[in-house]
Amino acid sequence: MTAPLETLLIPRPEGLYCPAGDFHIDPVRPVDRAVITHGHADHARVGHRAVLAAQQTLDIMAIRYGADFAQTTQAADTEQTVNGVRLSLHPAGHVLGSCQIAIEHDGLRAVVSGDYSRVANPVCAPFAPVPCDLFVTEATFALPVFRHPTPETEIARLLASVDAFPDRAHLIGAYALGKAQRVIMLLRQAGYDAPIYIHGALQRLCDYHLEQGVPLGDLRPATMDKAEARALQRAIVIAPPSAFASAWVQRFADPVIGMASGWMQIRARARQRGVELPLIISDHVDWPDLTRTIEEVDPAEFWITHGREDALMRWAELTQRRARPLHLVGYEDDPE
Amino acid sequence: MMAFADLLERLAFTPGRNAKLAHMTRYFQTAPDPDRGHALAALTGNLDAGRAKPALLREMVGQVVDPELFAMSYDYVGDLAETIALIWPTAEAPRDIPLATVVQALGDASRMQVPGLVAGWLDVLPPSGRLALLKLVTGGLRVGVSTRMALTALAAIGTVPRDEIEELWAGFTPPYTPLFAWLEGGARPELTIRAPFRPVMLSTPIDADGLAPLDAAEFTAEWKWDGIRVQAAAEGETRRLYSRTGEDISGSFPDIVDAMDFDGTLDGELIVRRGDRVAPFGDLQKRLGRKSPGKALLKSHPAALRLYDVLIWQGDDLRGLPFAARRGRLEQALRGLHPDRFDLSQTLDFADWAALAALRADPPDPVIEGVMLKRRDSAYVAGRPRGPWFKWKRDPMVVDAVLLYAQRGHGKRSGFYSDFTFGVWDGTGLVPVGKAYSGFTDEELRRLDRFVRTNTTDRFGPVRALAPELVVEVAFEGLNRSTRHKSGVAMRFPRIARIRWDKPAAEADRIDTLRALLP
Repeated sequence: MTAPLETLLIPRPEGLYCPAGDFHIDPVRPVDRAVITHGHADHARVGHRAVLAAQQTLDIMAIRYGADFAQTTQAADTEQTVNGVRLSLHPAGHVLGSCQIAIEHDGLRAVVSGDYSRVANPVCAPFAPVPCDLFVTEATFALPVFRHPTPETEIARLLASVDAFPDRAHLIGAYALGKAQRVIMLLRQAGYDAPIYIHGALQRLCDYHLEQGVPLGDLRPATMDKAEARALQRAIVIAPPSAFASAWVQRFADPVIGMASGWMQIRARARQRGVELPLIISDHVDWPDLTRTIEEVDPAEFWITHGREDALMRWAELTQRRARPLHLVGYEDDPE
Repeated sequence: MMAFADLLERLAFTPGRNAKLAHMTRYFQTAPDPDRGHALAALTGNLDAGRAKPALLREMVGQVVDPELFAMSYDYVGDLAETIALIWPTAEAPRDIPLATVVQALGDASRMQVPGLVAGWLDVLPPSGRLALLKLVTGGLRVGVSTRMALTALAAIGTVPRDEIEELWAGFTPPYTPLFAWLEGGARPELTIRAPFRPVMLSTPIDADGLAPLDAAEFTAEWKWDGIRVQAAAEGETRRLYSRTGEDISGSFPDIVDAMDFDGTLDGELIVRRGDRVAPFGDLQKRLGRKSPGKALLKSHPAALRLYDVLIWQGDDLRGLPFAARRGRLEQALRGLHPDRFDLSQTLDFADWAALAALRADPPDPVIEGVMLKRRDSAYVAGRPRGPWFKWKRDPMVVDAVLLYAQRGHGKRSGFYSDFTFGVWDGTGLVPVGKAYSGFTDEELRRLDRFVRTNTTDRFGPVRALAPELVVEVAFEGLNRSTRHKSGVAMRFPRIARIRWDKPAAEADRIDTLRALLP
């Protein structure tokens, strides 16, 4: 552990803290000043006094928590100075608005990636690697068994299933922010132009994506009555996974239950969720992309916020890289 | 390999029988020969490709992946074949290998050549193909498909009825090219199959009200024994013991097969019998689980057939004869058979239904589960025709139990809590004794679903723990001792007979009540 890095960033129970700039990044408890990487609930929490984030992330937080989620908010520019620390945003390729936060002070640069992905995503800008001295990474899928297939092949599997069972509605579980819109866009890109039905919990976030110029196409609320639901042909319905436990799903006769998640790569996980059609579609880096990113960014040291840090530490040992697990509590495994 | 891999993948995740059949039929329609034949062999347990032991696979993967990273991954995934399939490095441009190529090469390979072959295929296949390959070479597909299901799906590619395929099934060998040609419109193959399976005749349930209008004089009655229905076929050197769905179970019952020195096809109940005493079903289960039983088990759990019927005898097909005539032939046939392995199912004397009801109410042996009724003039026909044969089962056992856990159903019950675990009192606590998925109406299902949603006390993944408040009357066909269940008992065919919305949980039954019912 070289001491100078600690003037730039230190892990604390409430989250990563920048002493020089006196702010936290993605804190899990209420703090005075927070910089937020993206709008997922475990990273963007309610109750901070002042929040700095990309405009889209602020908008998403306002949609989820109400306009008064913090006392003051500030839309981040691509570059700014906070208490003498230069702070810049770089796309993370995770969800709409997601950014890596780069901070520079005394000639040292640290990059906090938040959650990120290297696979082209039609709902957000691609990840931009930023060379740095300290790279802070997630490790959600940091095991060499996680090598996600291209999302296009997974969507092709979904469409093949719709062809095979046209009279069974296909209900696809997808997290409300990011995954749902990505699945919709992937379907559109695959040429599926029929109306897509969405659960009520997705409505406002889908509306926001449309406002932001993401062409999701014809979306209909999945609030039809039982007779209508059972008459549907070739129907695809997107819903948050929690909806499958609710009475809402009872309107469909013999549906095919699918789930779009990186976890679907592990059969036991898919079975546990009662999934008939597992779709391996992830908004996080898989093992090859994660290790490739660290090689590209080539930091003097990297820190691991959460996930399967043991395997990544082993990789660091094998490749002679300096690494440190932070065991930050409060970030979830791909909160489905 | 990839089309087969895709089929296995869908079968592994598809709970519904009809959807499973649809996946298999689609595969049989679209996959080429001889790949589809090898797939059929794999699904029906007739593909002998289990050439690699887990230890060998571990050694192979140890050469391409850091052992520590592999250990962490295996720990996380929990399945060896799956871990290796996922972790094995993928080629720049993966490609498919025909299933037939793999089967052929494995068949020709020496033991020393197997690892090199498997590693070579792992190097070029995409991940899902690797998993299918590894499941094949370790011999464990585990996709929940029986031979009968596979043949049902197969029949759907053409117009030949499944029963007809079943009769000839034993005469075909992988990769079944003549079979596919026949089903797709070719001529029926001329096969000389020795000791083939003949589709079994089944009975329909009936009760006292159903019997009342029938003439008792037209029927023969026998005890219904609690074993499994089998068919013993011997022809020339060939001897086969089939389950009633046509699975060949000869391997598990060498004691029976050794004694089959006859030429014909007999129908009977497979039981464990020590002298005159028929053992409870649990004893037979011990034998059913063993592919090749040891001497000690053969001695402690001797199997026997209690004969019901004769289908073929010394070259004569007797199936068209009336039951009464077949019964005469059966009695003659029995004289030459070993009495330790074969005996006759006794017919019952009864003048009218009331007399039979009295017999049924007080059977002489606890392993009897009711009476069978056969019209004296009935021919032996495949399937379950309504009319000639009836089963009048003894009344089920019942117990009042408390619902403890609930899980959501699949298919038409998606979103409804329809799978229940129930328990009975043991001291001051409730001990789970079984699971039930059926027995309630759609209206009751909706009411149960509401009960679950408003009485959940905890959640474990998809399972909800319930406040112990609702009593259900559970009906079941029998009880076995079980070391796998905490309660020490396992129910057979439990279902919910009645929901006791009115009954306080404290008045549900105690475990002692169940234990008293053990055979």
